Amino acid sequence: MYYFIGIDVGASTTKAIVLDNKSKIIGHSVIHSGADFEAAADKAYKKAFKDVERESQNKERVISTGYGRRNVPFADLTKTEISCHAKGSYHYYRRAHTLIDIGGQDSKIIKIDNSGKRTGFKMNRKCAAGTGAFLEEIANRLKIEIEKLNGLAEKATKNVTIGSYCTVFTATEILTKIRQNVREEDIIKGIFDSVIKRALEMDPLEGNIVMSGGVVAYNPYFVKMCEQKLGKEIFVPPFPQLTGALGAALFAFETKGGKHA
Amino acid sequence: MSEEKKPAIKKIQATGHMRKIMADYFYELDRAVKEGSPKVAWCTSVGPAELLLSLGFLVYYPENHGAMLGATRLASNYIPLANAIGYSPDICSYLTSDVGAFIKKETPLSRAYEGIEGIPLPDVLVYNTNQCRDVQDWFSWYSKELNVPALGISTYRNIGNITDDHLISIAKQIKGLIPRLEEIAGNKFDMDKFRHVLGLSYECTQLWKKVLETNKNIPAPISFFDETIHMAPAVVLRGTETAVEYYEVLLQELEERVAQKEGAVQEEEFRLYWEGMPIWGKLRDLAEFFISLKTAVIASTYCNSWIFDSFDPDDPFMSMARAYTEIFIVRDENFKERYIEEMVDMYGLNGLLFHDAKTCPNNSNNRYGMPERLEKKLGIPALTINGDLNDLRCYSEEQAKTNIEAFVEQLESK
Repeated sequence: MYYFIGIDVGASTTKAIVLDNKSKIIGHSVIHSGADFEAAADKAYKKAFKDVERESQNKERVISTGYGRRNVPFADLTKTEISCHAKGSYHYYRRAHTLIDIGGQDSKIIKIDNSGKRTGFKMNRKCAAGTGAFLEEIANRLKIEIEKLNGLAEKATKNVTIGSYCTVFTATEILTKIRQNVREEDIIKGIFDSVIKRALEMDPLEGNIVMSGGVVAYNPYFVKMCEQKLGKEIFVPPFPQLTGALGAALFAFETKGGKHA
Repeated sequence: MSEEKKPAIKKIQATGHMRKIMADYFYELDRAVKEGSPKVAWCTSVGPAELLLSLGFLVYYPENHGAMLGATRLASNYIPLANAIGYSPDICSYLTSDVGAFIKKETPLSRAYEGIEGIPLPDVLVYNTNQCRDVQDWFSWYSKELNVPALGISTYRNIGNITDDHLISIAKQIKGLIPRLEEIAGNKFDMDKFRHVLGLSYECTQLWKKVLETNKNIPAPISFFDETIHMAPAVVLRGTETAVEYYEVLLQELEERVAQKEGAVQEEEFRLYWEGMPIWGKLRDLAEFFISLKTAVIASTYCNSWIFDSFDPDDPFMSMARAYTEIFIVRDENFKERYIEEMVDMYGLNGLLFHDAKTCPNNSNNRYGMPERLEKKLGIPALTINGDLNDLRCYSEEQAKTNIEAFVEQLESK
């Protein structure tokens, strides 16, 4: 018997998922990556097992993914986060779709066909705009706790346009808005809108849409805004931030001949 | 994890021969400057070199120097110096790194070749804008700085079909350079010499084409990354016996590799096209990375750009005008797409890799929807990576490698 473990070492957070022999999720964790990816992977791994009654005779199969995927010494294999997100997304949404993943360091648009095969992908250009890091930076500038962004955006009464591509220029633009007495809630909604626009620029986003990533996990209002922009419903998997880790664990499951229940 | 083990790049034996002829070339230029004879002309890499050689000039190519600055990863030291005098970080990083190196009075030539203290200063600067406008700006800077004349040819851009009108105009411009060049060279134009040099250039270019086409074989014997190094003689020594002899040697070696089924990537699983400029400072790193992914990058627009099929010593001016006008960079999107389609068929390629070079819009063909159109038309995937020819500040190694690795995973899942 095996435990199948996926570890997604992202730029902001490290996520781990443990599957049992029937590919059922039995443990998971999310921690901050910090500067030591190896330590983060180890910590996330241990935390994911915290509530698992481990069978000592069980073996383990580990696949790591994410920016720090090569910093996981106990991983048997590595896979890119693109493949793992596609895998994790299709696990819950078994139809052709486009996945939008908004992570800490990058945004990804991944096309998946009816059989779960990846047919194409795009990543944001080398810039923080349109990523979780952008929201973190702006929250930091405004001295707002990141967890409060969703609630503030929901209370917005006006649409504020934030036009800049660049995080630094955006900060200047926000200062201007503050000087103009624009409400904080409206500015935050404007920032959400700016991140959404960056994703919309990457692809026409036709067909079914799934969203994942930390920004999606903590900001349901962000998804609602996306739905309004696209004029269609968006599917969000049960653990949006753990989509890559789940995909890695599912790959681990398959490498041992596992078939999904 | 697999890519962390540095896989060995198979050495091309002819490299020693190439180093020798490149050293001879630079020493000859250095000697000419020190002795004041023969005269030295600087020329853009697809400029009218054959005319200059026929007039007795030794020809130096600043773009080759730019590539050296990139490959030695010295460019980042020099680009800010050019930025500081008003040359934007968004324009050609060959220009900015070369100008910056000149301002700082440094060159990789003096590190590579004992006794060479600087680049060979020109008596004349000759450009062709068939590549871009930046070459003209680049030469204009030196023209003012060194008080040396800059002469040039202005080429049409985005051409679909090449007409006689285009060629007559370009041929006229080439001829128009002669009186001034004769004056500077101190030699009269000699049609027989011109035909002879053009004939040698043709021989060189045909051998280079054969070298590139050895990659039609599976496994492909030479990677794009090695090709970018071994094309140096086709750039700076075309029009000479030396270049012809070199490509005979290289071709023989590659044909032996083909016979022995020895590939640049021995366990070659996928074959890709590289569209755009090389990332000079990352050649080795990327070569090793692709080997670790069992993926061979084996055909490219860049290396094909020194194939000049139209050179004809019997009609030198018009054929030279055609050869330097029909190159990929001068052509419209329809031509470029057809061209890449032919390459995909010819080399049996599985995917297209576009390099979006931040400072080189003319060599970044992903910007007007071409990858998406080709994916639909050819049914093979395309990937765009962001980077630059020389300015490594524009290149995110982790992001580029994740993209490439994910692209190969996509090919594996087909």
